[in-house]
Amino acid sequence: MSTVVSTDTPGTILRPYGDTTGDGMVQVSFTLPMPHSKVAEGAAAQLANKMGIDPALVVHAKPMGPGFTFFVVYGRVNHLVDTSTVEVVERDYPLLTPKEVNLAVRKALRRRLVVVGGCIGTDAHTVGIDAILNIKGFAGEKGLEYYREIRVVNLGAQVSVPQLVARAREEKADAVLVSQVVSQRDAHILNTKEMSAAFRESYPSDKRPLMIVGGPRFDETMSVELGVDRVFARGATPGDVASYLVEEIVRKRTKQRAEA
Amino acid sequence: MTRGKLDLDPVTVRKARSLARQAGRPIVNITKKHTTVSVERATLRLGGLQGADADGIPWVNRLLDAVRGDVGIEHGIASPVWDALVRGEADDLSALAQKASAGSVRFRLPEGRDLIRAKSAAKKQVGAGVRQVDARRRERERLVKKLGDPDHKPWIYLIVATGDIYEDIPQAQQAAREGADVIAVIRSTGQSLLDYVPEGATREGFAGTYATQENFRLMRAALDESGKELGRYIRLTNYASGLCMPEIAVLAGLERLDMMLNDSMYGILFRDINPIRTFVDQRFSRQVHARAGIIINTGEDNYLTTADAVEAAHTVTVSQLLNEYFAKEADLEDWQIGLGHAFEINPDLPDSFRMELAHAMLARDLFPNAPLKWMPPTRHMTGDVFRGYLLDGFFNLVGALTGQSILLVGMMTEAVVTPWISDRDLALQNVRYVMNAVGDLHEDFRPSPDGFIAQRARQVLAESIELLEKINAHEGNAGLLASIADGTFGLMKRPADAGRGLDGVAKKAAGYFNPVTDQLEAQS
Repeated sequence: MSTVVSTDTPGTILRPYGDTTGDGMVQVSFTLPMPHSKVAEGAAAQLANKMGIDPALVVHAKPMGPGFTFFVVYGRVNHLVDTSTVEVVERDYPLLTPKEVNLAVRKALRRRLVVVGGCIGTDAHTVGIDAILNIKGFAGEKGLEYYREIRVVNLGAQVSVPQLVARAREEKADAVLVSQVVSQRDAHILNTKEMSAAFRESYPSDKRPLMIVGGPRFDETMSVELGVDRVFARGATPGDVASYLVEEIVRKRTKQRAEA
Repeated sequence: MTRGKLDLDPVTVRKARSLARQAGRPIVNITKKHTTVSVERATLRLGGLQGADADGIPWVNRLLDAVRGDVGIEHGIASPVWDALVRGEADDLSALAQKASAGSVRFRLPEGRDLIRAKSAAKKQVGAGVRQVDARRRERERLVKKLGDPDHKPWIYLIVATGDIYEDIPQAQQAAREGADVIAVIRSTGQSLLDYVPEGATREGFAGTYATQENFRLMRAALDESGKELGRYIRLTNYASGLCMPEIAVLAGLERLDMMLNDSMYGILFRDINPIRTFVDQRFSRQVHARAGIIINTGEDNYLTTADAVEAAHTVTVSQLLNEYFAKEADLEDWQIGLGHAFEINPDLPDSFRMELAHAMLARDLFPNAPLKWMPPTRHMTGDVFRGYLLDGFFNLVGALTGQSILLVGMMTEAVVTPWISDRDLALQNVRYVMNAVGDLHEDFRPSPDGFIAQRARQVLAESIELLEKINAHEGNAGLLASIADGTFGLMKRPADAGRGLDGVAKKAAGYFNPVTDQLEAQS
């Protein structure tokens, strides 16, 4: 995986769009910790100005209890965005259908691809891992269990790192999938680092399964910091994950074989 | 029984209940033959043992471990413990626990006269604990009478979850000021798998605050203060679930909590806690809740967050029927059985709202006297807060139309952030607008007898009966255990001889003695 600077599209300078090209209109809402008054509304406008919204229209101000006021502000931002300097992680592999995934696995591995997954640490939210693994799937796509050539071992919630490593070895996992939803006090980051360290320790580097982590609070650019091969963020679907697995495991295997 | 708006066939309804009883009764028989470390520790807590050692391990755990090491728990630990006190090994439970954990007391199973003396001392001391629970219940009744219940239904239920009890308190008080009738303090993730109850006021938890006796006491006092200020009694909710549910139930009774989340199978299916451990702990905790006048909240929403809300609708009904059976068996009354259900159908499906109405109405008609807890969408909240706000509005509408009793307020920022002050304010505006606009519309609203809603409700009920029949068709005398083991219930397979907390289960020996269950069961 790599951080790609999109250079294939010509640089475009944009402003937000309200109802006219170039009007720069945005809408924001926030709370200030002060009672509602004329001054409070002025303070909201001042904040909006400092955010680059000028003119700022405080369209709604509502007191919430004695010490807080909620505002909705509309206005024109004077900032421009330059899409040629935006850095994102683009999908650097082709998106395949389940049929194509099955075919590619069968051809390259001549066996089923083994995925071991679970939620590590105290995280009990299996929503993420289930969305990717369970046959039920997510966003209209079937989960990895649906793929004939992928064997899924879903360990469920609150799996300890040693358990995960042991099971991955036992199942001869090609890939390990970990989901982390709870992110308070950076639990998701600490848990992931612990996991990647454990896998690096117990496997020789060329035998180690692919480590993939996902969850709504992850940033896709964090894989190096976390020590994993790939991070999937909010909105990733089973198809994304399956296609990535094919790209990494199958292609690389084929390449190795060709070179040998 | 009134027939309700769906005009369900009373014979079918009776059949569903009797199937649930058939599934549940063998489980109750098994639970009666077992005890657990947590049941025994709960007994010590009612005997007045509190506090923890320098490592934060509660004295109830220390004492239990010492007794267990000497004589096991299969006879109940009350007789060896109070025998040691009668013998003069220590002046009180807390001194005994300290001596025991230092290894300077040997426990024995008293016999003859010694046994009679030990039992009578245990009964006396534990009886005082039960009387304290009774006193807290009377105190609640007095306060409710004085301050009054909310003047509307459903009661508005709001969650706080900062991890720090001293942050939770002002947030809870503010939520009460904004209109919450019930405050729930979410527990720290992972507490359910701790085999001890942490001690003292706690300031760090993950996605929630630890349930401790001191945290209970602090929040209770704060909400009593708010109740006085606002002129209505503010109810407090926590969780009697996980490995320590009997102990937490006792603490809730002692600190006058008003509602406790307490599901019969949640721990098994979603936390991989051993089934026998769960059922034994659950029965004891429900007996305590019954005595304490606490309303339980069951966790049927969980079935829908892991499975499809249309396909799995009947698993909710089956779970409600089982929860009702287990609750009544443990002496909870109808007004204490807060069966749960949730608004989790994919909003992109055609007729999703009609199906939600049908499911909510089915719950209402099946359990006309239960304080049903209606839970908001979480699964299909996408981060589009505007769409989420609309979805919550429809959720509130179903709640108003079907006479739900407790409404857990949905947040448009579900799945985005823990609720901000403005999220809560907007969410409450949403609830108030819908309640106010709809008024008593439920009086006018009656689904046509052969229309979509009535048919859908009948279909879900029929599927529930089918599932219960499938459960009861298992070999052996405990079909429910076998079905939990083979994954009939949801996708999770949970065999009765595996799972967390199994080593804390013991088969009762002849002559097992527990002064708490003796007293709680004697009243019924």
